[in-house]
Amino acid sequence: MINSQLPILQVMVPLLAASLCAILPFRRLTWLIALAASLAALAISLNLLVLVLNDGPISYALGDWAAPWGIEYRVDALSAFVLVLVSALGSIIMVFAPTSLAREIDADRVFLFHAMYLLNLAGLLGMAVTGDVFNLFVFLEISSLSSYVMIGLGRDRRALTAAFQYLIMGTVGATFYVIGVGMMYMMTGTLNMADLGTRLPEVAATRTVIAAMAFIVVGLGLKLAIVPLHFWLPNAYAYAPTVVSAFLAATATKVALYALLRIVFTVFGGPAMIGLPVDQILLVLAIVAMFGASAVAIYQTDAKRLLAYSSLAQIGYMVLGISFLSATGLTATIIHLFNHALMKGALFLALGCIYLRLGSVQIEKMAGLGRRMPWTMGAFVVGGLSLIGIPLTVGFISKWYLIQAALERGWWLVAALILLSSLLAVIYVWRVVEVAYFQAPSDDMLQLREAPAVMVVPVWVLAGANVYFGVNPQQTIRAAQSAAAALLGGGG
Amino acid sequence: MIIMTVSTIPPALILILGAFLLPLTVGNVRRAVLLALPVMALAVLWQVPDGPVLTFDFLGQELVPLQGSTLGRLFGTVFLIMAFAGGLFAMAQKRSTELVAGYIYAGSAVGVTQAGDLLTILVFWEGMAVASGLVIWAAGTAAAYRAAMRYMMVHLLGGVVLMVGIAGYAVETGSLAFVAMQPESVATWLILIGFLVNAGAPPLSAWLPDAYPETSYSGMAFLSAFTTKTAVYVLLVGFAGTQVLIYMGLYMIFYGLIYALQENDMRRILAYSIINQVGFMVVGIGIGTPMALNGAAALAFAHIIYKALLLMSAGSVLHMTGRRKCTDLGGLFQSMPITATLGIIGALSISAFPLTSGFVSKSMVSQAAFDAQMGAVWLLLTAASAGTVLYAGIKFPWFVFFQKDSGLRPAEPPWNMRLAMMLLAGLSIGLGIFPEPLYRLLPFAVEFVPYTVPHVLNILQLLLFSGLAFFLLLPLMKRTLTISLDTDWLYRRLGNRLGVLLLTRGGALYAGLRQFALALLGRGMALVFRYSGPKGAFARTWYTGDAIMTVTVVLAVMLALFFF
Repeated sequence: MINSQLPILQVMVPLLAASLCAILPFRRLTWLIALAASLAALAISLNLLVLVLNDGPISYALGDWAAPWGIEYRVDALSAFVLVLVSALGSIIMVFAPTSLAREIDADRVFLFHAMYLLNLAGLLGMAVTGDVFNLFVFLEISSLSSYVMIGLGRDRRALTAAFQYLIMGTVGATFYVIGVGMMYMMTGTLNMADLGTRLPEVAATRTVIAAMAFIVVGLGLKLAIVPLHFWLPNAYAYAPTVVSAFLAATATKVALYALLRIVFTVFGGPAMIGLPVDQILLVLAIVAMFGASAVAIYQTDAKRLLAYSSLAQIGYMVLGISFLSATGLTATIIHLFNHALMKGALFLALGCIYLRLGSVQIEKMAGLGRRMPWTMGAFVVGGLSLIGIPLTVGFISKWYLIQAALERGWWLVAALILLSSLLAVIYVWRVVEVAYFQAPSDDMLQLREAPAVMVVPVWVLAGANVYFGVNPQQTIRAAQSAAAALLGGGG
Repeated sequence: MIIMTVSTIPPALILILGAFLLPLTVGNVRRAVLLALPVMALAVLWQVPDGPVLTFDFLGQELVPLQGSTLGRLFGTVFLIMAFAGGLFAMAQKRSTELVAGYIYAGSAVGVTQAGDLLTILVFWEGMAVASGLVIWAAGTAAAYRAAMRYMMVHLLGGVVLMVGIAGYAVETGSLAFVAMQPESVATWLILIGFLVNAGAPPLSAWLPDAYPETSYSGMAFLSAFTTKTAVYVLLVGFAGTQVLIYMGLYMIFYGLIYALQENDMRRILAYSIINQVGFMVVGIGIGTPMALNGAAALAFAHIIYKALLLMSAGSVLHMTGRRKCTDLGGLFQSMPITATLGIIGALSISAFPLTSGFVSKSMVSQAAFDAQMGAVWLLLTAASAGTVLYAGIKFPWFVFFQKDSGLRPAEPPWNMRLAMMLLAGLSIGLGIFPEPLYRLLPFAVEFVPYTVPHVLNILQLLLFSGLAFFLLLPLMKRTLTISLDTDWLYRRLGNRLGVLLLTRGGALYAGLRQFALALLGRGMALVFRYSGPKGAFARTWYTGDAIMTVTVVLAVMLALFFF
């Protein structure tokens, strides 16, 4: 039965394809492999999602070693949701990639990029599929190491220092995480998430377990780029090749968030149960991110950096949803996790089109681009509207659920802050729109043409998804609600 | 299963989607599209039956994007008449930006009047904010650009308040249906505040006279009609009889009156006048009796028409002379007799002269105050009516078309502009003579008879004395044009020095507070820039060592918080 092997295939397909790419130094061929592997991963994850929604969580014992001794792969509504998100974004970005990469990476390195991309994909999918905290660390490192390489592949030499800084910070984060895992193992003797979930309550009051929690939250917070643990992110996104920025922004931080949810809710059973002020800390950090990062985004001159800071603010919204500690709050977080991937995917890919033609994403150089590249800029506007949270886009759905969650707790001020911070998004999106649509193009732009269809179509698929899921949010909401219920139900 | 028939097409969409045809067409085709869209939308609007027409489920709530109602039909009708007249007036604008934005704006306003739930209202509300900002912006000047930005910021902030209120309302009641409510909870208060921001209520009234006069010669006619009047509509449906609105409205009446009296820019006079007139409507809504609500609705209908007429005559003057200050104008009657006559008809209407639409609508509100035993309110309304005569009925036409001869001899505006003004002037007088069709559109049965001997006499007396006052005080008006004129006049008329003092000092206090707030804002922005600007601590690239230090501190703080 192929169905019963799906969880392991989810990881193995991209992992094996990665090694294949690494030994085949051909641009076209490795691209085909990467695309095929991404699509296969998407098919597998869709299958898994259907299976999970119909029959409940799937457990897979690796090498037939039963949990808790062996490694368990466990797919529930939340992990299936994340798997679909990651592999779908990967597939769309792979369609987009070759033309964009030809401009942004040296030709003889493209096959290496494909290998690294597939490793990264395998790592991210592995993090979502595994039910074992140490195995999660392994996949975290696989995805992190490959992303350092991908960032460093950019032609901009500043990409190297950005990648180096990310390497240091990411390693610290992963180390913190594994320290926390070690402490938990010391107290319980198990690494299986579900098993930990049942054993931890007995020893919850010990300082070791409390310290483990702190280490893990900070460690994953680094990968997630919660302000003030975000220093690596703006440069990494700004100087990496656009395809890489798009992929990382849409998936990597999302999977880190998934891991945080897993640990906090499935393993620790929700912070309320061990009486730690995790929620208050997250609340404060989230609000700082929402306003601080947006304010910085307003003053950026480089559109990629602008989007990077905007990502920090958006991560703030997701963290805010967690801090409500309610079903609605978690639903909001999970919905926004999905929606933000759609927004940032569309926006970064649009910037990829612009870079292809313009050779720069400096905002001031985009004058008059609305006329020259109408499709690209149109997608950028749709993504921007979604980022702001205009009704009929996915951004509105996210905001609506976040506000509902805040009001359920009676936090009127927080609800107002959510919307006020989205006014800051109006400003930074407007800065780009104003230059692109309302300033006259410079003379050398008269020759500029629209990006090729192979790039514009993926951008519009994502932009269209922003509208489609904004008008028909039922599927996302249902999936997010059942995922949130699984998390709060404990064990998952 | 929705069967698409004429009655299930939202009239708002005809205008909004149709607007995008305008930049694609040129010449006569564009003109035809421009004029056909409002007519088509109006025809469809009248097919919408009462009650919910379109419904669908969204976010677990039932949304009603199209719902027929008496009040909605009344406002929708006048909005579409206005869109037609505004389109006709602006037809010769070379760039289509203003027309497209104007029609999206008008369509969104119509959308609000046909909405059965709060979320739909919010969608159209934001659409209005953006589209109207673009109308201002389309004037193309630097001043207009800045005004548009300030304008949009105020309205987006209002939208934030409204959206929080709506979300809270959904949590509290589990419903999004737009029905009558009272400001009893935080949520309903926020909704009320969100609505009032668009009505031009204090303390944010200044957005209106700040932004509107910066529009192009034709843009302001669009703006005068929709934003404040949709606010009146939603207040009528949602907050009829909410007492705080009476005080709110009275403040608006006198705020608009005093500032209009001291203003020199003809279009700013009319902008303050909008706040003054909307104040009458808000008072009517606050009184809440059937007569008062009828009065507010009828006044809104009439006001949209005569105010647009006044603004079009001012716009024609601006278009033909390029000047907007009263002191630069004068004597234009000689070369622009048609514009002057039409402007005077508008002035007579706003003064509630018998045989005009103002006469048959405005006094309904004062009468309602009288009937509801609100003597003080009635007295203030009557006094303010006299004030309206002064600034809009006499001051505007006198200084622009008569007074000294400025030596300007501009020609009459083009035919399309004249035609638009004639249409509105005809409506103003037509409704004044035959008010029955308007009365039939009102939400309650009308028991009000406008043309009685005492009423006509009363109004004529008011008009005559106001006129007398104006010309007696003319030297004063010419020389200073300051607020003291208006306090003097009120003092003689009412002997109500205290109230006047409060009002003027209140203005000074307000200005002081505003300055303080602006200074604070400036300081705050400097602070934000220091930390978030390109060189700020938040934005610059950190040394890895410092970053690691931060991580350590975060871990330490978290451990400390966890342990203790």
